[in-house]
Amino acid sequence: MTSTLRPPPPAPPGASAQARSPVPRSPRRRRSWRQALRRDWQLYSLAVLPLLFFLVFRYLPMIGNVIAFRRFKPSGSIFGEYWVGLRYFRMFFTDPTFWDVFTNTLLLGTLTLLFCFPLPIVLALLLNEVRTRRLKQFVQSVSYLPHFLSIVIVAAMVMQLTSIDGTVNQLVQATGGEAVPFLQRAEWFRTIYVSSEVWQTVGWGTILYLAALTTVDADLYEAARIDGASRWRQTWHVTLPGIRPTMVTLLILNIGTFMAVGFEKILLLYNPLTYPTADVLSTYLFRMGFGSSNFSYAAAIGLFEAVIGLVLVLTANLIARRTVGTSLS
Amino acid sequence: MTIDAAEATSGSPRPVSGRGRGVRPTRGYRVFQAVNAVVLTAVVVVTLYPFVNVVARSLSDEGYIIAGQVNLVPRGFNLDTYRLVLADSMFWTNYRNTVVYTVVATVISIVLTTCYAYVLSKKHLRGRTALVGIAVFTMFFSGGLIPNYVLVTSLGMKNTIWAIAVPNAINVFNLLVMKAFFESLPDELEEAAAVDGLNTYGILLRIVLPLSKAIVATMVLFYAVAFWNSWFAAFLYLDRQDLWPVTIYLRNLIAGATGAENVGAIAEADEVQAEATLKSVTIVLTTLPILLVYPFVQRYFVRGVMLGAVKG
Repeated sequence: MTSTLRPPPPAPPGASAQARSPVPRSPRRRRSWRQALRRDWQLYSLAVLPLLFFLVFRYLPMIGNVIAFRRFKPSGSIFGEYWVGLRYFRMFFTDPTFWDVFTNTLLLGTLTLLFCFPLPIVLALLLNEVRTRRLKQFVQSVSYLPHFLSIVIVAAMVMQLTSIDGTVNQLVQATGGEAVPFLQRAEWFRTIYVSSEVWQTVGWGTILYLAALTTVDADLYEAARIDGASRWRQTWHVTLPGIRPTMVTLLILNIGTFMAVGFEKILLLYNPLTYPTADVLSTYLFRMGFGSSNFSYAAAIGLFEAVIGLVLVLTANLIARRTVGTSLS
Repeated sequence: MTIDAAEATSGSPRPVSGRGRGVRPTRGYRVFQAVNAVVLTAVVVVTLYPFVNVVARSLSDEGYIIAGQVNLVPRGFNLDTYRLVLADSMFWTNYRNTVVYTVVATVISIVLTTCYAYVLSKKHLRGRTALVGIAVFTMFFSGGLIPNYVLVTSLGMKNTIWAIAVPNAINVFNLLVMKAFFESLPDELEEAAAVDGLNTYGILLRIVLPLSKAIVATMVLFYAVAFWNSWFAAFLYLDRQDLWPVTIYLRNLIAGATGAENVGAIAEADEVQAEATLKSVTIVLTTLPILLVYPFVQRYFVRGVMLGAVKG
């Protein structure tokens, strides 16, 4: 997997050639390791520290997941004390709270995907129709801004806007409603979460689409117009297919974060009153681990979440490759 | 520089986008343009409103806020709460921590990312595919919260700056962006330098990096913003108030009753008097640096993202 995103066709010639065809097997590549080391030892030496980083801080924790199958003592070995098999998995599969948070995770993940994936495409298409360049740049600059804020700041702003004395409640009251403590109400949590997510991500999400839109072949529009296609049909039959590779790639990447939905933001925004809709796998395992000090149980949930996430991304990738011929790597 | 400028520099001919498509705008299209303008204006308003609102609240008298009368314009204008927060030594300690953490973590990240990206950009290198794979796999599968916590704790990094700076030193997306950039540099330059007797380190330091100032600047910004904004690592690993970054200071203010005990003396002393204003002031003061540099650095971010997308 050497590339994150496939270039939208037609990409700059150099780039597409690099990304598409693997380096041909030259005799050089078949040289023995000893020769490679002698020749390139300085290059390898540059890789030592980064590799150490990946092994210690990325792969060791993966192995550390064995504590999901072992009894763990806080002061003992980081790999636990002795095997207990699938005990912790059995525990959470029979834990009714687990299924509640699992459902919440799927629901919030799906809602986030439903809104945060298509809206940037819509905004990019709208921006693409703006004829005044100044205006376009202004809208772009403004809409990117929330992306640069800390989640803590976003959460703080959400709290202020939805508080009893906040703007949202003033609007509610102005239209004759009763003030609602939104963040104390479970039925409002999903709306608040998804809206704030849209607020923070939609502008930044347009960047790649706007870039892809500029690469759509002008002749296609010309041909469509000669065939009598209206602007709407041009958008539908030329523009959207033109940015499809970008859409597919971003969809796959979005699916990759599906299971880990907004852990940090939920942690900041939820409270026991909103647990029925707000509590997701990651926040539940956080409380199990750090609230109840049940590390093995929490690690088992985390492993479950990570494996589902990996399966989702691989499946999406496979389906994308089979059906539309675009995929990561 | 936004998309238009980026595309102009990439040398591709100006493609026909929406604006050039019709010979004569139809009536339907003019209606669409009007609707579009309204929608985009709404986007701008909705995006900016929370900022305006928080500034208005920060400058208002507590009484007006509680009465729900502060929206766009401050009411009962005063700077008392700003004075209060700025006089809190813990606020300054935490702010200084944020700066220190951001600088140290960014330096570590840049060094590691640059080295690895440079190695990965060498197509002839034996084992390169495996080295790339090791990095990319971590984008899709991670060890998870608990094993990470256990590891960092057992390494003795708790309550040190290293718990913030080291475990997130390399961001694989940034790594791939940089790798793509290095791959786009012409090989001939480095070959010539090698003939002149420079070794790999010399080539990287004296030939490659001077040519890569723009991308390094972009990476510095990517990492710096991420570390500046981060709070969870600090929340997890730092137990002492004097070690916290300013994001945790804010977090404890907004965390409500449970968090309020942890906040500095000011929340305790003036809890009743100015809690709502206090939050707004802290939000403004933590957001301000980002807002101030944003207009100048935004184009580098856009460039970085596009580089990663198109060439990665």
